Amino acid sequence: MGVEMLFFGIAKDIVGVSQMKFSFTTETVGSVGDLKVQLIKDYPALSKLSTFAIAVNGEYAQDDLVLKNNDEVAVIPPVSGG
Amino acid sequence: MKKTVAIVDDLDTKTVYEELSDRSSGGICVFFGAVREFTDNEEVTALEFEAYKSMALKEMDKIADMAIAKWDLNKVVIKHAVGKKKVEEPVVIVGASSAHRSACFEACRFLIDTLKETVPIWKKEIFKNKSVWVSAHP
Repeated sequence: MGVEMLFFGIAKDIVGVSQMKFSFTTETVGSVGDLKVQLIKDYPALSKLSTFAIAVNGEYAQDDLVLKNNDEVAVIPPVSGG
Repeated sequence: MKKTVAIVDDLDTKTVYEELSDRSSGGICVFFGAVREFTDNEEVTALEFEAYKSMALKEMDKIADMAIAKWDLNKVVIKHAVGKKKVEEPVVIVGASSAHRSACFEACRFLIDTLKETVPIWKKEIFKNKSVWVSAHP
């Protein structure tokens, strides 16, 4: 199973790419919360951010949302528009 | 009710009056956000904006709808620029029109305050010798 990951702002600088395929087994990653834990393991600098949110298919997602194959999942560091 | 929501490379500040005016609006309130020369006494050479465009447009649309539900408005505009912007250049325009001024004044404040909280757009401050993503770290 896998999702299409998008990274913006400082998250893009930390991960080094703006987009990548992220594959996982449902035993390790099922929900948005699990994905966050995995991302912080892979990229510890993410835990230094003030916060980071996850959007799934263009909507802010809570930690308990279960990911589906081919979802578009974006890492949203603190927004600073305006 | 007409709403205009957009993310553009360059904001045209001259069209906003026409976009908000109509026969039933006695009040039109507009806020422009622009690039300021100094942050904490340090000279800013430019700001660079990046957006998650498809989601940002959806979030801006939601904010317009919330304002329309809360106040009696005739028209709403929310536009944000992306890319590199120099000092004094406009980066965001929000505005509303209504029969009387209080509704559009209050709505305008809500539009910009909520945009800053929820819309996935990021700003990098570019100084002479470094650049910093705004609000990224505590």
